[in-house]
Amino acid sequence: MNILYGMLSMNTGRIKIRGEEVHFKSPADAIRLGIGMVHQHFKLIPTLTVTENVILGTEPLYVTLSERIEKRKELESSTKGFFRRAGQSVLGGIDRVQPMNFKSAEEEIRRIGEENRLYIDPKAKIQDLSVGLRQRVEIIKLLYRKADILILDEPTAVLTPQEVDELFETLQTFREAGKTIILITHKLREPMALADRISVLRDGSLIGTVQKKETSVEALAEMMVGRPVVFRVAKTVAKPGNPILSIRNLHVKDDRGLEAVKGISLEVKEGEILGIAGVEGNGQIELVQAITGLRKIEDGEVWVEEQNITNKSPRYIQKTGVGFIPQDRHQRGLILDFSIKENLILGGHYRDPFSSNRFQPFPPTLFGPRLASVSIPSPIPHSFLNEPEIVQYSGEQVKEFDIRMTNLEEPARTLSGGNQQKIVVARILGFNPKVLVASHPTRGLDVGATEYIHKVLVRMRDEGVGILLVSADLDEVQSVSDRIAVLFEGQIAAIRDPAKTNEQELGLLMAGQQVNSEREN
Amino acid sequence: MQAGQIDILLLVGIIGYTTLIAATPLILAALGGMFSERSGVVNIALEGMMLMGALMGAVGSYFTGNPWIGIFYAIIVGGLMGLIHGLVSVKLKGNQIVSGTGIIIFAAGFTTVMLWVVWGQKGVSDPVIPIPEIVIPPLLGVPILGPMFGSQSPLVYIMFALIPICWFVLYRTSFGLRLRAAGEDPSTLDSAGVNVETVRMIAVILSGCLAGLAGAYLSIGFGSSFSRNMVAGRGFIALAALIFGNWTPFGVLIAGLFFGFLDGLKIAIQVTPALGFLYPFNLWLRMIPYLGVIIALGIIRRSVPPKAIGVPYIKERGV
Repeated sequence: MNILYGMLSMNTGRIKIRGEEVHFKSPADAIRLGIGMVHQHFKLIPTLTVTENVILGTEPLYVTLSERIEKRKELESSTKGFFRRAGQSVLGGIDRVQPMNFKSAEEEIRRIGEENRLYIDPKAKIQDLSVGLRQRVEIIKLLYRKADILILDEPTAVLTPQEVDELFETLQTFREAGKTIILITHKLREPMALADRISVLRDGSLIGTVQKKETSVEALAEMMVGRPVVFRVAKTVAKPGNPILSIRNLHVKDDRGLEAVKGISLEVKEGEILGIAGVEGNGQIELVQAITGLRKIEDGEVWVEEQNITNKSPRYIQKTGVGFIPQDRHQRGLILDFSIKENLILGGHYRDPFSSNRFQPFPPTLFGPRLASVSIPSPIPHSFLNEPEIVQYSGEQVKEFDIRMTNLEEPARTLSGGNQQKIVVARILGFNPKVLVASHPTRGLDVGATEYIHKVLVRMRDEGVGILLVSADLDEVQSVSDRIAVLFEGQIAAIRDPAKTNEQELGLLMAGQQVNSEREN
Repeated sequence: MQAGQIDILLLVGIIGYTTLIAATPLILAALGGMFSERSGVVNIALEGMMLMGALMGAVGSYFTGNPWIGIFYAIIVGGLMGLIHGLVSVKLKGNQIVSGTGIIIFAAGFTTVMLWVVWGQKGVSDPVIPIPEIVIPPLLGVPILGPMFGSQSPLVYIMFALIPICWFVLYRTSFGLRLRAAGEDPSTLDSAGVNVETVRMIAVILSGCLAGLAGAYLSIGFGSSFSRNMVAGRGFIALAALIFGNWTPFGVLIAGLFFGFLDGLKIAIQVTPALGFLYPFNLWLRMIPYLGVIIALGIIRRSVPPKAIGVPYIKERGV
């Protein structure tokens, strides 16, 4: 899709738009032909205003566009060759240093907002807007550029169910207005609700295109994965034991110094999955970071069994038995340029058997067993990595977790998202945690990998691990958890039994509306 | 006036004058740094660009007898240095710190050689004609303002004029919007159909031009000769002023004046006979501006740098 939008260049092949073959050198070409894209990670600059973001690249000036085109034509008719090109850049340069006409842009944004029921304050800064509103800005941007082929990459990943409904209504009206919409998603219900035709891609090739009327969710899933997929996570009833992770009246601040977690109390029991539902930015990240020692706890306590881990170092917390699957496997979960082998032992590297205070200059794999006993001691414990142990251990983990790779020395960067996430999971599980904090463990993974991760979570639960699952994917929280806590503005809005609640109720709770007025903790 | 007595008005006037003198090159260079850094390119090469500007200013004035041609040369050579920095760090995606350091080292060596080639000197060039000062006779007698603006280099006025101009370019033109976008999130700018490299190249070249002008102020604005290593860390102080000023034109003005004041204080103490009792501490006094910079940077915590600063934009990965 990034190729179609001109962000990436293609190696071979052809793209035709309205029957004409096109070659995109940059997104500018795509925009000119009326293609607009909403990226999965929004292309908005938080420190700029709505207007500035919308007009970026097509800034209105006080001189109208037609006058500028007029001037350009004049130039083209009177000059040629080098002078024409030079003249064009001079005219372009003059455009760039003229004052921008903010007023007309703001009016245009208001007009688009009113026509499409996408209200927004043009002067607001992006960083002050909710995720739903940010997406609205992205859509306004496309309309402002007069795009009529819209590409939406995973547009619903960060929205509440109600916001998704709103978005789909908007897209419906666009379709009726004659616009083409390409919706990219890994949630199967969405194309079934909205699309006319559905194409399935797997490993970079087209598996098939079907009419919506002639297919079903199950059939699509099978096309995506290549085998039948079980949708309901197979799991037995939980047998929760003693509380293993206790959070008492927790207060945590966010990066801006504002209170993000405002007095949360929770208990996770052995052999239980507690799901945290909520729209992103309601304190999930801060909660998870506070538990795992990555963020300072202002007030309140966190206990693992009988040990107080409040404001302890991440290493201490990990030793206590807390495993952590971070929300972003690229930034926190992996060191992408490290090998698979190294990534698998990160965090355990300072312990037996991965390191010791004896250095073996002649590894037995190269020099045979006879010289293996030669070793140089060090006064500092665990100062040398134990290469043979690491290789053996990571080899076992790769097999057990079915990580698809060619070589243990390969950098983690080269693997697919699903296999990268398997490395993270394999590493955490290798340390035998008592408590697992899983933050968005399946984000961006395909149906097959998601299914796998869910199975692992349930298996760990059955082995008695207490799991705190934070996810923006409501389906996931509902199908995997044994209890669901809804987080809204840093507080627990409600705790529900997944069997006795539904998407509507959770959606309302996530949006901060009181249902049943009753509050549990 | 007897020695030992301090004429407060005169002292304030002298400090004001020396503050302006010291602040002008800092602010000009920091404005240059602002364009580069707001577009996402770290420019520690300011020091080297200033040095080249200072040399070429003196060279231009020496050979043509017209200091304004020296200014012109300085701006051009600064822009060329910017072009090199841009080619290495924007086009070829090299490390911006390494490229900047390279330019500093190159400038230090090149100017020393040219000092020998042009003037046959190792330390200080022959005197050249400086930019004539603008004298405003009625102001001369006025206390405080008299010493400050009675006879002052036109470059000081140009510096003051550049502040609102830079603000306008940065916040009110589409070039400025694109430049800021390039520094915050280049992939967003790319997806808006704008060539990130072009924007950054122009920004870095502009940055060099302003740094060159700042250098020329040292050799032919305030002084009247070029000397070896005459920039003496001002490029780095300009960078500090840029951070202190939170990467905004008016912030740069305030920060530059503050650092200039520290520098000016030093000079004022050294030239005021009434403060003669401080002379034994001369070496300590010379530390004032540098200590001030370190302390100021330690206190300031709330400055927010452009998000994408220092990271070359590589298209295929930046998505």
